[in-house]
Amino acid sequence: MDKETYLKPLFKGNPITVLVLGICSSLAVTVQLKGALVMALSVTLVTAFSSLFISLLRNTIPNRVRIIVQLVVVAMFVILIDQALKAFSYDTSKMLSVYIGLIITNCIIMGRIEAFALGNKPWPSFVDGAFNGLGYGMILVIVAFFRELFGSGTLLGFQVIPESWYIENGGWYANNGLMILPPMALILLGCVVWVHRAIDKELQEQ
Amino acid sequence: MNTNSNIYTIIYTTILVVIVAAILAIVATALKPRQRANVELEQMKSIMLSANIGETNGQPDKKADYKKLYQQHIVNTYVIDGNGNKVDGVDAFSVDLKSQYEAIKNGGNLTLPVYECKADDGSTLTILPCYGAGLWGAIWGYISVEPDGETIRGALFSHASETPGLGGEIAEPWFYNQFDGKKLEDASGAFSSVKIVKGGAGSNQNGVDAISGATITSRSLQNTIEQWMNYYKQILGE
Repeated sequence: MDKETYLKPLFKGNPITVLVLGICSSLAVTVQLKGALVMALSVTLVTAFSSLFISLLRNTIPNRVRIIVQLVVVAMFVILIDQALKAFSYDTSKMLSVYIGLIITNCIIMGRIEAFALGNKPWPSFVDGAFNGLGYGMILVIVAFFRELFGSGTLLGFQVIPESWYIENGGWYANNGLMILPPMALILLGCVVWVHRAIDKELQEQ
Repeated sequence: MNTNSNIYTIIYTTILVVIVAAILAIVATALKPRQRANVELEQMKSIMLSANIGETNGQPDKKADYKKLYQQHIVNTYVIDGNGNKVDGVDAFSVDLKSQYEAIKNGGNLTLPVYECKADDGSTLTILPCYGAGLWGAIWGYISVEPDGETIRGALFSHASETPGLGGEIAEPWFYNQFDGKKLEDASGAFSSVKIVKGGAGSNQNGVDAISGATITSRSLQNTIEQWMNYYKQILGE
């Protein structure tokens, strides 16, 4: 296994900024940093373990029903995470609501299974899945950082922008309401893609 | 072995599905008690916050033990039917508000929960739940009423999936704290539910400010409160 297996999903082959997968959830769960972190962790666990499992089973899966088999395995992991969150972190589960369940439909997971896990050994598949999840999570965290900071003035729930700056308290500052809404997430995501391509010239189309 | 034969495919998928189903069933059963405890704690917290218990300057206390507060303060619970008569043998806390909302809409037998709460100042508050449809999903809440049967002590609202920053603001302290001290009667003294007024309620004794950009959620909440208070007014101010 070369370095590419884990470096590529983070930068040159980042699922969100280069492959443009998993956009829906990255708009929905990035209002607050905490939600983005839990989502990143959940997706990483699901991609890593589904890839591992499918890779272990890859020589036994009947080709005609392989998508269904993949879905069953992915759905199992997603439901396990959903149930665990409901039991151990109820507030986060409420905040992420349907988006945990919707990890099943996240194209990154099926994409990595089809493209990598079905043709590779279990350990590289696990690493590939985990780092694709992390590549996704990294972008989520970047977007959520700016949205929470400028939309609510907090980071992970702690007040970062001094209370005395706010207009209500006689200052000059107000939170940007647009940051909380999904369209701003798309704009921020666009900026991340822009920065990424400006740094990595190979990604620029001719 | 031919992994593409029909027999193999059928046996393979059957075994896989049975194994996955078994794993999920075991985990779901094992986690059920914890999940139910979380939901109950959330309900107790909502009820306590609606009576302004367990909050400081209108903000919920992060460290408060709401289960303990609930057990300390709630002295009596009962359910009423559509005519305001008490119904025996139904536990108010476990009444599913959604089923009551559907019964109100479709005309079924009602069992509406009522909580009696002994506040720290010694007065006995009546805490009344409500449940309805918002813009995207369910909205619900609790309103606590002073012993005079017309003054609101406090309120709390929550929602399943209203827009964050717009309709979702009904669950924020700045919005639900506006209900504190409002009256369930209009200027002439007749019963009236709380009005959520677009453009600001001013000094209106039974009005609160609506949320700009969330007209439908504001209006749904007003209708929901009115719908439920129309039943509860029969037991208030006796």
